[in-house]
Amino acid sequence: MPSKVEKWKDEVYGNEIREHLMEFAEQGWDAIPEDEHDAWFERFKWWGLYHQRSGQESYFMMRIGTPNGVIKPGQLEVIGEVAKEYASGPADNPEFGDAYCDWTTRQSIQLHWIKLEDIPEIFEKLEAVGLGTQQACGDSWRNIVGCPVAGKDKHEHVDAWPVAEDLHETFKGNDDYSNLPRKWKVAIAGCDEGCGQGDINDLAFEPAEKDGELGFNVRIGGGLSRKEPRLARDIDVWVPPEQAADVAHGMSTLFREHGDREDRFNARIKFLMDEWGPEKMRSVLQEEYVDFELETAGEDMRDQYSYNTGSQDGHNDHVGIHEQKDGNYYVGLNVLVGRMGADDVIELAELADEYGSGEVRLTQRQNIIVTDVPEENLDAFTSEPLLEDYSPEPSPFMRGSIACTGTEYCSLSIVETKNRQVRYARWLKDNVELPEDHKDFHIHLSGCTASCAQPQIADVSLRGMKTRKDGEPVEALDIGLGGGLGDDPRFADWVEMRVPADEVPGAIKNLVNNFEDAREGGETFRDFVEDRDEETLAEMVEPEETDYHDPYMHNTKMTWYPYAEDDDMQSSPAPTDGSGEPLPSDD
Amino acid sequence: MTTDVHQLDDGAWISVNDSREVNVSDLWLLARSDFCGCETTDFLAEGFVEVGVDYPDIQARIAGQCIACGESGVTDWLTVGRVVDPDSGEFYGVVHESVHFPEKRTRLANAKK
Ligand code: HEM
Ligand code: SF4
Ligand SMILES: [Zn+2]
Repeated sequence: MPSKVEKWKDEVYGNEIREHLMEFAEQGWDAIPEDEHDAWFERFKWWGLYHQRSGQESYFMMRIGTPNGVIKPGQLEVIGEVAKEYASGPADNPEFGDAYCDWTTRQSIQLHWIKLEDIPEIFEKLEAVGLGTQQACGDSWRNIVGCPVAGKDKHEHVDAWPVAEDLHETFKGNDDYSNLPRKWKVAIAGCDEGCGQGDINDLAFEPAEKDGELGFNVRIGGGLSRKEPRLARDIDVWVPPEQAADVAHGMSTLFREHGDREDRFNARIKFLMDEWGPEKMRSVLQEEYVDFELETAGEDMRDQYSYNTGSQDGHNDHVGIHEQKDGNYYVGLNVLVGRMGADDVIELAELADEYGSGEVRLTQRQNIIVTDVPEENLDAFTSEPLLEDYSPEPSPFMRGSIACTGTEYCSLSIVETKNRQVRYARWLKDNVELPEDHKDFHIHLSGCTASCAQPQIADVSLRGMKTRKDGEPVEALDIGLGGGLGDDPRFADWVEMRVPADEVPGAIKNLVNNFEDAREGGETFRDFVEDRDEETLAEMVEPEETDYHDPYMHNTKMTWYPYAEDDDMQSSPAPTDGSGEPLPSDD
Repeated sequence: MTTDVHQLDDGAWISVNDSREVNVSDLWLLARSDFCGCETTDFLAEGFVEVGVDYPDIQARIAGQCIACGESGVTDWLTVGRVVDPDSGEFYGVVHESVHFPEKRTRLANAKK
């Protein structure tokens, strides 16, 4: 029997949701019939709106999809202004204030506390500069990710940006693909650094050469969620850039027809890949979904990949100052846990205009890159006070930190994430010394097993859990080690489970010290983990209380907002009307 | 009216008549279950896998983990609350911190994924 969600999607889905959304917005929150809440909130996702968690009813997270993370001149300012005007809620965040943007691990933007009533105005402002929220969530083609410096980078072999843009234009708003069994995540990259992160996407195009021509090899079925991480598998297909859209059409149509619509937990294409294997995937694609002879795979560049490899040389991320192939520079700025205050966003938009071309780009490590800066502007730009907070030369602990949304807004979450990771990063910076030769050290914190912060591909992976301390339930984290991408990608080994969150910084400190003592020669952290068994590693992680203080031990999900003065669920002002005044609640 | 129950947002919560009623991240104490070797399982709910109605009980099978011993899996059917009067549809949640007894079999009229 098709799932409930499938039934709702059969009734109304895709582009047509918009008129209903606009009508509800005109009339206000109360206009959504009470017995249709679930159906409409499920559908709104397709237009980038996700109803926030319990205690925050009537407020939405809004996701803006920026393909390949490219934010064109003029767009950043609008994003900052929209955040400033509309993305503030009934309570402030103690680290980030009351209006901010989240840069996400899929090169998108998230705003929170959005009111239904404001949506028409917001859409108008975004769409006036070519931005949009269409298909940012929901069961369809999601934001396309890729090498964030596509078209600029010296390491590039094929310029993947026009291909990404073409895919975006072909598959966004296209009714043929608007109702897929589940989300469909695509990555494309043309550089030899491996920063497209194709291995953890449903469909990946990665650079490869065939008979002297540059194009892409195709991989299928990656993903991290639900304790079922998978690396995308090679289906032995090479495409020239001009045929990438045909293969993408074929693969997403195959997914539309063969994905499991009865069980949403089994719907992602990674599970179909488990069942079929790459040979069958290729032959079904060839026989039923493309009308030309597929080429076999070309020669890839994976052995040159350096991104997130832990190799400690090459390009582990995009932070710092790097020359572009046109002689200008891009300046990658570190945004701790991806969150940037709206005023800072507006200021950065001005600086990007003044010193660069006005374009900026988002990375899959929650950072932002200002592109096209002429050499003569570098000194003045990097001396701007704003860059003290968003540094091109941050401490490795700041630079390597990624955190998801967590209990602040997310229904699935088990623990608080972003503010905690900010405090971890500061404490680690002040208290832990990495070995001299380690400039990159990635710590990713996800609030649950959905893995939005991609913990399995970090040096230190943290995942939300609970435990008891002195009999009382407290927030805790599972600790994994040694994950990363590259030619030989590897998911973290989970070695120490349910560590109380306030003992995690101590655990990382002990781990780093033990690593320094026990490593042989120039062994990198990643190799070190790979070469040792779980028991040995578990002994090196020694959880310990330190002078680190964690204000979020108290089961933050049970609050209406973890940082409110009176955080009791019963004290929530939600749901509220268009001006933020509490409405009588139905329960 | 019939009681309408489903799990949403990848099993993050149970909706009863379009109202969010039961959430993940709570701890449940499970007794007489073979979920793990512990006398009582100190169970962290991470996702609702199946939900159903066995009037007046609202029941669910929950994916999660015993935070005492680390065993993870999916529970048998647990009563998570009641809708005593189907006409009003009002939901009364159980106290998840008290002790619960998962059942192997259930007379679910309309178990749904
Ligand atoms: C309200 C907040 C969010 C919710 C409820 C949410 C929900 C989910 C769920 C349910 C999954 C796994 C399910 C699946 O396999 O389809 C998932 C995976 C993921 N999400 Fe989120 N998410 C949220 C925010 C974010 C954010 C801020 C990002 C950053 C871009 C993000 C990026 C991802 C990624 C990269 C994965 C894992 C990779 C994969 O399996 O494809 N999500 N999210
Ligand atoms: S990893 Fe879990 S807690 Fe974090 S944003 Fe994703 S769904 Fe929410
Ligand atoms: Zn147990």
